[in-house]
Amino acid sequence: MIKHFLNLEWKQYFRSSYWQKSLGLNVLLVFFALWFVLIFLSLGFGLLSIFKEVYPNQDPFVIANGLLFYWLMVDLMMRFFLQKLPVMSVKPLLTLPIKRSTIVHFVLGKSALSFFNFLPLFAIIPFSVMLIKEGYETTQILPWMFALIIVVLIINFLNFIIEALSSKTDLPFLPLIAIVGVLYGLEYFGIVSMTSLVGNAFMGISNNPVLIVIPLVLLVLFYVINFKALRAKLFLDSGLKSKVTEVKAADLSWTNRFGDIAPFMQLDLKLIWRNKRTKSSAFIMIIGLLYGLFSYTQPVYKDSLYAASFVGVFSTGIFLINFGQFIPAWDSGYYKMLMSQNIKYEQYLRSKFVLMMLSVVIMFVLGIPYIYFGWKILVMHFAAAIYNIGVNSHIMLYGGSFNRKKIDLNQRAAFNYQGTGAVQWIIGLPIMLIPLIIFSVANYFIGFEAGVAVLILIGVTGIVLHKKLMKSITQRYLDSKYKMIDAFSQDN
Amino acid sequence: MIQTKDLSKTYNGTTVLNIEELNIPKGQSFGLVGNNGAGKTTYFSLLLDLIKPTTGSITNNNVVVDKSEDWKPFTSAFIDESFLIGYLTPEEYFYFIGDLRGQNKADVDALTSQFEDFFNGEILGKKKYLRDLSKGNQKKAGIVAALIGNPEVIILDEPFANLDPTTQIRLKQIIKDLAETRGVTVLVSSHDLLHVTDVCERIVVLEKGNVIKDLETNPTTLKELEAHFSGSMAAQEEE
Repeated sequence: MIKHFLNLEWKQYFRSSYWQKSLGLNVLLVFFALWFVLIFLSLGFGLLSIFKEVYPNQDPFVIANGLLFYWLMVDLMMRFFLQKLPVMSVKPLLTLPIKRSTIVHFVLGKSALSFFNFLPLFAIIPFSVMLIKEGYETTQILPWMFALIIVVLIINFLNFIIEALSSKTDLPFLPLIAIVGVLYGLEYFGIVSMTSLVGNAFMGISNNPVLIVIPLVLLVLFYVINFKALRAKLFLDSGLKSKVTEVKAADLSWTNRFGDIAPFMQLDLKLIWRNKRTKSSAFIMIIGLLYGLFSYTQPVYKDSLYAASFVGVFSTGIFLINFGQFIPAWDSGYYKMLMSQNIKYEQYLRSKFVLMMLSVVIMFVLGIPYIYFGWKILVMHFAAAIYNIGVNSHIMLYGGSFNRKKIDLNQRAAFNYQGTGAVQWIIGLPIMLIPLIIFSVANYFIGFEAGVAVLILIGVTGIVLHKKLMKSITQRYLDSKYKMIDAFSQDN
Repeated sequence: MIQTKDLSKTYNGTTVLNIEELNIPKGQSFGLVGNNGAGKTTYFSLLLDLIKPTTGSITNNNVVVDKSEDWKPFTSAFIDESFLIGYLTPEEYFYFIGDLRGQNKADVDALTSQFEDFFNGEILGKKKYLRDLSKGNQKKAGIVAALIGNPEVIILDEPFANLDPTTQIRLKQIIKDLAETRGVTVLVSSHDLLHVTDVCERIVVLEKGNVIKDLETNPTTLKELEAHFSGSMAAQEEE
């Protein structure tokens, strides 16, 4: 049976038009994966000597255990945003003679093979080997190592439980932030020392290998919880039963001042508000807004203008990156209809542009309080906002014409906790890094004012050329019209 | 109204549609029948410029559809559910289409109110999203949306499928009215021979992408079509 599933997965992956058309992206993903493997490997081999250098009088093994708490928290956060439970189209399988439990075991098993579970191994195993070479007892280190590997898997399954719970709420990342925040708070304010608690737990296992049973039991427990939750979802009626929500229509007549693009803007606003996936990209703006608070309070970044330039681009552009990336895939479900309607492509695209521009302006205005950390930061944010409007928004629109992946806005698909994956953030990186580089170069050779001026200048150029740029972008969309219609009418 | 000339569509060497010439005059109700894979939806997709013809072209009211977009204001269509926007209510959807076709809310309301019978009280004022409606009700909403803005050409792919008997009968009346009293050119495809012969003045049979019959509807047409399709069944059995 598993053989058949693997076969299906393979075909689904390689026969999708997404794969065929975004080879470059896949290459990039592999590159990033290798890059991370390299980082983790060097951490694994290098940590021991780093610890010895930084804390010459302490036992590096104890130090490592003390840091485990932070690692666990970061791992959990990363996974929440980057890792999703593998999606499998189960509907056609349900009427076939396959046990439901087999399907669920397969999906969960597949998730255990995720890259996120292998990555830590590249650090854990070399580090353990180094410890043993250093003279630590093998009987101590081996249980410790296995305990860590088990914990990685525990986090894997815990993440899905959190995702399943939070996908029901309107603020999908709130539960996680709350959990991590509380744990971190306990540590930070010295109420409960989480670091020593976690550290001692691992020390305990290494001193008394029998205790490894505890994480094992936890792992089984989390697996069973996931298993039960998924199996309960595997009944067609829970997927098919239409959960009819009463429509709450908001008054959007204020968009009429935008003239001929008003119908599209109203449509986009409804799109964002009425679909779970788009909604979360709107809520993610809160993260963007608060990101500065996190960054500017760190002593390391406090006086760094480079950090400010990154925060500026990131916080004013977070919606642009999140939403803009999937233009026009948001409309993929009814793209055929749009194409046969009496619309001007240019209006359709301009509506998206105005939406992104508004988000940048709103994010900038909401970020004005950051002036508390110095006027330079506000100036930096302003320059970043102009750059985002003038350059990044156009890049997003242009990039959209290469978009060939359909987005199913329908929330009922089983196993699909819609959200964003790693690919999305990787596309976002150059968009955020290029202005950072531009600023850094000008800042380094001439000065802060020059750095800001260059960013603003480039941004303003983009705004001035808006009409021209839109024209060529529109042409790009027209040229790839048939390809897009074809790709969007495929299911995967 | 619609002229098709030397039209063909080939996918990877397989020709799925090949029409030398097909002219549909203004105000005609035109029916397209054929088995699965005969090329009905392909023809409609070409007519709406959703796919590119391999050779030839379709001219809609003197506009070559894959060269200019000027056919869009007077042409409307409902091909399948992908023409609906799931997260809108039917009213919002109608208004949106109305906006695109230069109709204000009052115009749209005036039009949709004529179809209260057709909607059978299940579409308007229900505060439900289109994605939460049943397949049949989605279809009703899509068909009516295709009537917004006084189009001169209306294309409906399989409009009778998924509809309940009462609605099928009402829909037939609506299509007849459009062609007879308002001079609208209506193109309909269907697997239901009875319905197309009831509704259409002219019926074209497609088979493997070729036009093999072009009939003016008269009382014997249904018999003729039935004979044709059961004949092709017999021919297949012999093979």
